[in-house]
Amino acid sequence: MQFWIIQGLNSLSLGGLLFLLSSGFSLIFGLMRLANLTHGAFFMLGTYFAATALRSFEGLNLWVTALGTGVLVAAIGGLFERLVLTRLRGNPLGQVLVTLGMSFIISDACLMIWGGDSIPVPTPRNLQAPTHLFGFVFPTYRLVLVGLAVVAAMSLYLLLERTRLGAMIRAGVDDPQMARAVGIPVSNLFTIVFCLGAGIAGAAGVLGGPILSAYPGLDADMLPLALIVVILGGIGSLLGAFVGSFLIGFIYTFGTALFPELAYIILFLPMILVIAFRPQGLFGRVGA
Amino acid sequence: MKWLGTILLGGSLLLPPLLAGDFYINLASQILIAAIFALSLNLLVGFGGMTSLGHASYLGVAAYISALLTSRYGFGHGAAAFISILGTAAMAAAFGVIALRASGIGFLMITLALSQVLWGLAYRMSDITNGDNGITGLTRPAPFGISLETPVAFYWFVLIVATIAFVMMGIFVSSAFGSSLKGVRDQPRRMAALGFNPWLIRWITFVYSGFWGGVSGLLYVYYNQYIHPSSLSTTTSAEALLGVIAGGSGTLGGPAVGAALVLLLKNYASAYIERWNMLLGLVFLFIVLVMPAGIVPGVSRLMSGLRRGPR
Repeated sequence: MQFWIIQGLNSLSLGGLLFLLSSGFSLIFGLMRLANLTHGAFFMLGTYFAATALRSFEGLNLWVTALGTGVLVAAIGGLFERLVLTRLRGNPLGQVLVTLGMSFIISDACLMIWGGDSIPVPTPRNLQAPTHLFGFVFPTYRLVLVGLAVVAAMSLYLLLERTRLGAMIRAGVDDPQMARAVGIPVSNLFTIVFCLGAGIAGAAGVLGGPILSAYPGLDADMLPLALIVVILGGIGSLLGAFVGSFLIGFIYTFGTALFPELAYIILFLPMILVIAFRPQGLFGRVGA
Repeated sequence: MKWLGTILLGGSLLLPPLLAGDFYINLASQILIAAIFALSLNLLVGFGGMTSLGHASYLGVAAYISALLTSRYGFGHGAAAFISILGTAAMAAAFGVIALRASGIGFLMITLALSQVLWGLAYRMSDITNGDNGITGLTRPAPFGISLETPVAFYWFVLIVATIAFVMMGIFVSSAFGSSLKGVRDQPRRMAALGFNPWLIRWITFVYSGFWGGVSGLLYVYYNQYIHPSSLSTTTSAEALLGVIAGGSGTLGGPAVGAALVLLLKNYASAYIERWNMLLGLVFLFIVLVMPAGIVPGVSRLMSGLRRGPR
């Protein structure tokens, strides 16, 4: 029983992380029609920043680090969008290729700076003690992570549905030409959304640090998970990213625990089923 | 003019064994293998308008099947090669059914996800694939009893296969089927209205491309006599895609030149610096931003401009 509960919680916390990662990816794709292959690298960058910051400054708060790193990675993403991606408007293939190139550059830079060994990210001290609930023992940090993902999902939902910025983003997703015609600065929106997506990915990297730790290849591990989540949930759909993340979180965690060698094949199956019967994804409106 | 160029280029391929040392002969073999791989990818990217980021799947899987069958299960090279090519083509057939549900960026994402899953499998199923250690101690085949152990013999073998591959792919794209493929790339709706089946045309191309990808994978594993999960990585797919784009997608010879340039760059760069991936990323940015049409079309436009003289 303890096994199922713990693995269930692990699934939820991985799902939460995946949501933070893939919501940004999905948001960027929805508005910009851009598959941002740098997303895994932004996540990894966050984890490495957290590892360095938390190990060099004693007593630094993980949440403050996540916020600061999020802003930093958002700035890097914004620069990349302004300097490179804007030059390639209307050339979706070129855009994908430069994000791929960028991901190689970032992951190699990380290898150069931080070396090939994995660097653990310390769990916040006040969350290290396990929580006892209903006679079971839970790792507290993972519980908090699940809560954070839900809070992030709600904030994103409110941002998109209840604010002026969100209304402009939705207009840009639905019909960019019309949005431009009625005076919405779509080009600035692109930058904002790219920064937002990159920032969330960076912050997610920090929050995932205590579970995953920073290692070379983290980006290559996370990017396919994000891709599978958004293909499953429907590209551009926040709800799809949410449901898809937790689905993949469960499948991956239980798959790895029960059939360690086949986990990757099990990961395949839901994606193939969805593509076969509902190519636009579970909650997607338009096919990619 | 065009024929002269082709003959000169073809003739120069006969030179390495006569002039150069082992290092350059091996380099030439590697270039030919990379060229077959890039050409097979170009069937999808250039002629089919389907940008795949998972082409390493076919190279890696063919190489792994051949490596496993010969080293672990005692198969002969002929049977192993046959099974691995057949298996790779079958996998391409299945992957094609999945990936062709989408087009454009969706297609790219699905091919990338599929190949990443294979990459993860190669790492994790260490009972079978030996994981990060790779499979060592592989042998080269000896077709008709001719040993391919020396660089020169192996170069001739690769050159023969490459010539067949080049001719077969050339026939493929210049045939009536190739025209319908280009039609489907540019005007899928009109082609459908004319009674063609765009899906089937794309799928056949996908499988054919996977087949030649598998052939290059076999040559790859024969050359290296070693196989590692990195042969399935995104970097491998990206190198080939860079070759295709740098050389000029949609041309027959361009991707071969592009693949050669990428390989030479990789070889020379890694003699001086360790950071190949970073350089690869920078070259990607450079090519896409500065030379989006590719080097070969860019240069040939320059040449024809020179011939016509300044306006």
